[in-house]
Amino acid sequence: MRISRFPFFVSVTVLLFFYLPIGVLCLQSFNAAKFGGSWKGFSFRWYQELWQREDIHAAAYNTLIIAFSSTLVALILGSLAAWCLHHYTNRFQKFHYGLIYAPLAVPDILMGISLLLLFVNFQIPLGIGTIIIAHTTFCVSYVALVMLARLQDFDESVIEAARDLGAGWGTIILRILIPLLGPGLAAGGLLAFTLSVDDFVITFLVSGPGNTTLPVKIFSMMRRSSPQVINALSVIFMAVTFTIVIISQKLIRSKP
Amino acid sequence: MKRRRMGEWLLSIPSVVWLILFFALPTLLIFGLAFKPATINGGIGPGWTLDAWFRLGNPSYLSILWRTVWLSLSCTVICIGLGVPVAYWIARLPTKARQWALILIILPFWTNFLIRVFAWRILLHPDGLVKQALIKLNLAEMNDQLLYNHWAILLVLVYTYLPFAILPLYAAAEKFDFDLLDAARDLGAGRWVAFYKVFLPGVRVGMLTAILIVFIPALGSYAIPEIVGGPTSEMIGNKIAQRVFTERSLPDASALSAVLAIGVFLPLLLIYLYRHRRGAAPSELEGGQF
Repeated sequence: MRISRFPFFVSVTVLLFFYLPIGVLCLQSFNAAKFGGSWKGFSFRWYQELWQREDIHAAAYNTLIIAFSSTLVALILGSLAAWCLHHYTNRFQKFHYGLIYAPLAVPDILMGISLLLLFVNFQIPLGIGTIIIAHTTFCVSYVALVMLARLQDFDESVIEAARDLGAGWGTIILRILIPLLGPGLAAGGLLAFTLSVDDFVITFLVSGPGNTTLPVKIFSMMRRSSPQVINALSVIFMAVTFTIVIISQKLIRSKP
Repeated sequence: MKRRRMGEWLLSIPSVVWLILFFALPTLLIFGLAFKPATINGGIGPGWTLDAWFRLGNPSYLSILWRTVWLSLSCTVICIGLGVPVAYWIARLPTKARQWALILIILPFWTNFLIRVFAWRILLHPDGLVKQALIKLNLAEMNDQLLYNHWAILLVLVYTYLPFAILPLYAAAEKFDFDLLDAARDLGAGRWVAFYKVFLPGVRVGMLTAILIVFIPALGSYAIPEIVGGPTSEMIGNKIAQRVFTERSLPDASALSAVLAIGVFLPLLLIYLYRHRRGAAPSELEGGQF
């Protein structure tokens, strides 16, 4: 039977559609012309300009601080949650599961507004702290679900064997849980980290004046500065993200 | 037994308390604060009032709501229309090639969301590649505006959400037994009839997931219409942000958000009821995200 060529053509078109904007953006970042458009020669000019922009460095620094803090908290909360959901089945855990799952179905703008209302209502000053709280909240669900999937492949009898042989909980956590669940922790942590670095809408709503992360900075630059600087910044941003993702894939695959 | 219960509580409490404080409580606040008066400095005043709800009666909101719904619906339809053939194509590839095809699909979406939207602004810009190509092909005039209208929004919405539609559709297509298509052909069904009557029902669960995964966030779009849309193509997300940042009226923002929240939960509820009426087996729900 002859297989239809139609799905193949659609797929190729879709892939072109996916790569075209990013490809053009990368090329443009090396274009000497000030407003993009026609090609005026190859240049590193925009990358040099980026090097001197201290406001962008400050935003990058904030982004990293926020991503590290919220990833750490989300990893602790999410792993504990996954452990409970895996081990106990009762009404309370059903409710717990609902709480973990519901944030995934809520659009960013609603989550951002609801947190903003909370902070304003209880007079919590907006800043890096409120951004970390917001990021942790949406990362917990993702970490919990990744860890839950890992726990389902985890052989529990190892723990019982260790206890029979006299190991305390400290030893069990250090020598069994962390090594065996390590790849899951790494995967969940990297997912949380990239989600935090990537978030714009929620951060924009709960950041308050003067506290920018890179995406918020890019958004305000879109109105004012030359698009070429944003292109250069985007290419570096992409390169860093790809490196993190590739390293994480290698880490996850290299362990048993 | 009692110790076990104690352990469960201690381990559950951090995440339960965090999510109640920072997810459940704020969500309820959306509905509560819509009944509060605004203060001049952007805060929330004492007492209760229906003012924010009365201001929702403004006819300009109706056209924005309508635009939000039709843009999200069109985006969902296009994403399913493109996603099904792509999922079908990947599922029929040899096992090793499937992994590569999936990576190719996901790779562009590891870049920052804002950067991807911005890249479209460069492409659709009057001096951009797409505009120049359309002029050369005589498909556009020099002063046609490709940016800052609802077609630009729809295009970028599809660009953003299409991979999220492809993934659950592929997960369903991968489990589909393609011999069934051959069987249908042998029994005399045409190619399209076989596809429509055998393949599509086979990936139904993946399709439901794809619809929700595209439609719900599309309803809540803010950044996309803000960057590639214009003043006449606002969506409800832009109005919410305007209430927060320009008019500094949080009660108005929460009344609008309450409308959006109802719009989000309605499709979820419909799908839930649909599945219960059909008495879906638990295994069938596993493929779904919701």
